[in-house]
Amino acid sequence: MMTREKILKDLQEKFKSDIIDVFDKSPKRVYIGIRPESLRKVAEYVVGILNARFNIATGLDARRHIEILYHFTLEDINLLVSFRVKLDRTSPKADSLTDILEGANWIEREIHEMLGVDFRGHPDLRKLLLSDDWPEGVCPLKADYKEWDKKAIRDRGI
Amino acid sequence: MSLKLKALLKSPWVFHLSTGSCNNCDIELLDCLTPRFDIERFGMVLAGSIKHADVLLVTGSCTRQSVIRMKRLYEQVPKPCLVVAIGECALSRGMFIHSYNCPVPLDKIIPVDIYIPGCPPKPEAIIAGVVKLIEKVKKEKRCEK
Amino acid sequence: MKRDKKPARRTIVPIGPYHPLLEEPEFFTLTVEGERVVDIDVRIGYNHRGIEKLSERKTFDQSTFVIERICGICSTSHPFAYTRSVEDVIPVEVPERAKYIRTIIAEGERIHSHLLWAGLAGHFLGYNTVYMWVWKMREEILDVMEILSGNRNNYAMFKPGGVRRDIKPGDIPPVIKKLDTLTPTLEMLNKAIRDDPVLHARTKGIGILTKADAINYCALGPTSRASGVARDVRKDSPYGVYDRIGWNMITAKNGDVFDKIVVRILEVLESIKIMKTCLLTLPKGEIDLNLKSIPPGEGIGHVEAPRGETFHYVKSDGTNRPVRHKVRAPTFMNLPTFKATVVGETISDATIILAAIDPCYCCTERMAVKDRRGRTLYKGEDLVRLSQKKTETLRKGMK
Repeated sequence: MMTREKILKDLQEKFKSDIIDVFDKSPKRVYIGIRPESLRKVAEYVVGILNARFNIATGLDARRHIEILYHFTLEDINLLVSFRVKLDRTSPKADSLTDILEGANWIEREIHEMLGVDFRGHPDLRKLLLSDDWPEGVCPLKADYKEWDKKAIRDRGI
Repeated sequence: MSLKLKALLKSPWVFHLSTGSCNNCDIELLDCLTPRFDIERFGMVLAGSIKHADVLLVTGSCTRQSVIRMKRLYEQVPKPCLVVAIGECALSRGMFIHSYNCPVPLDKIIPVDIYIPGCPPKPEAIIAGVVKLIEKVKKEKRCEK
Repeated sequence: MKRDKKPARRTIVPIGPYHPLLEEPEFFTLTVEGERVVDIDVRIGYNHRGIEKLSERKTFDQSTFVIERICGICSTSHPFAYTRSVEDVIPVEVPERAKYIRTIIAEGERIHSHLLWAGLAGHFLGYNTVYMWVWKMREEILDVMEILSGNRNNYAMFKPGGVRRDIKPGDIPPVIKKLDTLTPTLEMLNKAIRDDPVLHARTKGIGILTKADAINYCALGPTSRASGVARDVRKDSPYGVYDRIGWNMITAKNGDVFDKIVVRILEVLESIKIMKTCLLTLPKGEIDLNLKSIPPGEGIGHVEAPRGETFHYVKSDGTNRPVRHKVRAPTFMNLPTFKATVVGETISDATIILAAIDPCYCCTERMAVKDRRGRTLYKGEDLVRLSQKKTETLRKGMK
């Protein structure tokens, strides 16, 4: 069984041109920044060769760009690796991982409706959580989201 | 208050409707049916379909998608029907008042007869609330005479 | 109603929620051919309250109260994962006594959640006596939680840095006594399940989730452990005191509904043992680190909820509010596995197959069955009745 150091060293050597930075925070947490184009390559390696489990993807609006963090768990060595992908804020696009991992289907739909990220190659990019009467293009998790509903009541009336 | 409603109060059929809740109030409601609290000794039975409901027990903070469904269901309920709002979320959305998906509180959408506060209210509180509702309705009928 | 005739063998009927035949927008729509399910469609979003956005308005300490109310049934696992993610930003470990108390509360929640599930599964299968009986047993564990924390559900015991309230030494003996009354009744339930031929006929071989599917869909918790995937956050990445107490991870081989029932019942027995051990070996000490501020950074916390792994991610910029808080409940990963398990099965098994994933219970009342032309054949309550009728028929056939 491979040790933590060997796995991280192999990862950095194999994807030398794709990795931007590595933040080794603690024995159980590592954050690796990668280029958006290399996302599928890295995901295939991590899931296929390292047998990692896909936990979830977190999308966040970092004012100047939009970030997506893909969290993978390597249970045998108790390590959680998060791959950070930075996307352009005006028109964020990323590759879909649904054909490698069926578990990525729903979270990509959620990030699409919450942050407006377009996932190329996703089989069915429709709304997941927001209601049918929610206007198109309004993304609640973006930093510049404003209340659009004129009929909303936000005080208790006391 | 009609004669029909007075007759219904002898054995009210309750229908439970959740408009986007965390399910705690719903579980406490189902707890009322279990042997320890046993709401059936008051004649209250959980109705299978909304068309048989006399009392509507509503929980949840009225999310947009469930309001679409709830309005449609409320039209099908045979009137007169009493509405009970259970839990803080049904009262005024509680801590979800600033949520983008919960725009309007329940009593601005459908008329509510009685409010049972709590997060979640204990089964004893729910039973006490429904009994108070029945007494209130009976008193109104007496005042009308 | 639109009818789309594709050149392939199958006719796919898209059904909108405002169709005149429909009474309400459906949650699960099963397309059937005769008695067999050929496809499903899921519509969620009824309970979406935007908690991730609400967290950004609240301080780290205030958030725990909102986060408890994400789900009422597993209302401890969410604040547990959240407080661990906030502590992971620094990173820091809580005091020993706090770890023990957290473990006790988490296991108490696991017991009440699995018992709730067992009652509902009994109701769907037509064993209404089991339903009432198990929920009466569940009242004992709710009494235990009321003695320990003051409330039957939302315990409000967790805060970043430790726990809010202490357990008094005088409370421990009555709690142990109540837990001891649960064990013989659970052993009896376990034996009854293993010996009942009707239950075997009804649930064995139904709704099988293969190991490969469980890995592909990233399924979690008892849903995946019943398929042979031996993963549990308490063993793989121990938190609390799970690495110091001896306990067993329960797995099964086949991944059908019967295995899922067995895994959950055995997990309750393990949880009672863990709770008693923790209560009897509770060390003295502080219960709170009194964290004053959270430095900028990112933190991740994950715990084993009754349904699987709950995952929280927090990003802080040094102020007293999080910049981003991501919540992932285990049902988010488990619900898509319903597609893999129900296609090919009959509609009378659909409710129990969905219940075996253990979603929030109100999901199962929003299921509808349509035929190829989009006509509604059965609603949620009809499906439960079909399931109960099948059990009756099997029982009569065995006499």
